[in-house]
Amino acid sequence: MNSIFLPYKMGDLWEVKQKDPEAIILAGGTGLLVFLREKGLHPHTIVGLENLWELKQIEMQNGEIRIGAMVTHQQLLESPVIQAQLPGLHQAVTVLGYPPIRHMGTIGGNICTASPAGDTLPSLYVLNAVAELRTPTASRLLPIQDLIKGPGQNVLGRDEILYQIRIPVPSPSAVSFYFKVGQRKALAISVCSLASMLQVAEDEQTIVDCRFAWGSVGPTIMRFPGLEKNLIGEKLSLNKLREFGQTAASMVSPITDIRGSAEYRRMLVSNLPSKMLQTL
Amino acid sequence: MIIHFTLNGENKNLDCAPDCRVVDLLREELGHTGTKEACGSGECGACTILVDGISKLSCLMLAAQLEGHAVTTIEGMSKGEELHPIQKSFVEKGAVQCGFCSPGMVMATADLLQRNPSPDRKEIREALSGNLCRCTGYQKIIDAVESAAAEMRDDA
Ligand SMILES: Cc1cc2nc3c(=O)[nH]c(=O)nc-3n(C[C@H](O)[C@H](O)[C@H](O)COP(=O)(O)OP(=O)(O)OC[C@H]3O[C@@H](n4cnc5c(N)ncnc54)[C@H](O)[C@@H]3O)c2cc1C
Ligand code: FES
Ligand code: FES
Repeated sequence: MNSIFLPYKMGDLWEVKQKDPEAIILAGGTGLLVFLREKGLHPHTIVGLENLWELKQIEMQNGEIRIGAMVTHQQLLESPVIQAQLPGLHQAVTVLGYPPIRHMGTIGGNICTASPAGDTLPSLYVLNAVAELRTPTASRLLPIQDLIKGPGQNVLGRDEILYQIRIPVPSPSAVSFYFKVGQRKALAISVCSLASMLQVAEDEQTIVDCRFAWGSVGPTIMRFPGLEKNLIGEKLSLNKLREFGQTAASMVSPITDIRGSAEYRRMLVSNLPSKMLQTL
Repeated sequence: MIIHFTLNGENKNLDCAPDCRVVDLLREELGHTGTKEACGSGECGACTILVDGISKLSCLMLAAQLEGHAVTTIEGMSKGEELHPIQKSFVEKGAVQCGFCSPGMVMATADLLQRNPSPDRKEIREALSGNLCRCTGYQKIIDAVESAAAEMRDDA
């Protein structure tokens, strides 16, 4: 590496990117520095985002919760707004890594890494999160599922960064949930995970809205809006969610790897929705 | 490139390469070999240091990222010959065998106790979950953290 920049102003970031469009973005480094070392890569220029204060804010605006790309997992964990409004996302960061990883790692880094096992992703999918991307001259909004293309792949352009994530404030009667199955309790990459969001009518039975997103069972996070629609208007029951889980399991094609077999993963896809109801 | 930071309270102005990692800066350039490196990829906690009082992994940080910050390593925990209460408890409770994990364990404990002065055993386990030890079987480490917490509460 020939140079590293840690700009304090967005303008200075763009200047670095304009001089060297190949400059690699450094967020918390917990993915990038491991990756560079594993591959023996020495990028010419690294530009870190850690001093850009506008990327480190969590704010409420226009009925949305806006989370800067450089907000760390620890900040999410401690934020009263996230605890109160987005308990599923809060749950996800409690099981992500271990303290120093949460102190360094960021939500933007977790998203851009685009791992099917990324712990914040399933929750962001069920929350209908929208990513704001910026270039030196323009900004665009993309639903989270359109930002992520495949394992380790996102659609960011060469001179583009992930700027913030916008999440519509969920209805107060919606409940959200995140469950991660790993090989052990701490420091485990998920074998299968499920985020869900459920809203029932005043009769406390009829499903008004529901969303489910599984991690680690496909090339990206898996969500089945068609199946979700079939549940709307139905009465909430363990059986309904079992059936729903079984249908979803027939639609995923998980892989077998050192962490678990395809069959084990399929079983988890099937079982986790009803497990959610039991823990509520 | 020249970087400015404090190491255990002392001002440092150093010239270092842009790709120099913090763990190498500490061990190779500054001779502070208390901080250990085992995995080099974030998975063992041996290289844990405090940056502005917060635990971070020195194997996953570049030296340039220290600019303007305050670093505490295991060398900065004791006051001269007087061990820090966390270090004392580790010794007293038999939480140190080969000692390779100990600097990281002590730094992770320091981070925990300033957030939560009275952690229960489950919280201690969670806080140290990423710090691997191949010798002790962890029970004595958890005993040591409990006893250090009690000691530090009494002192406060
Ligand atoms: C020991 C260990 C345990 C881990 N455990 C977990 C876990 O339990 N769950 C989990 O999900 N992950 C885990 N991870 C993976 C990693 O820590 C997370 O994915 C983390 O969120 C990455 O964020 P970061 O800020 O460190 O990203 P970085 O490593 O800095 O960046 C990752 C990638 O994203 C790009 N990037 C980052 N931010 C932006 C941006 N704003 N705009 C454009 N590009 C950007 C970078 O260029 C790089 O390619 C673990 C990693 C380690 C080392
Ligand atoms: S050496 Fe840094 S975490 Fe293992
Ligand atoms: S005492 Fe030997 S690794 Fe912990």
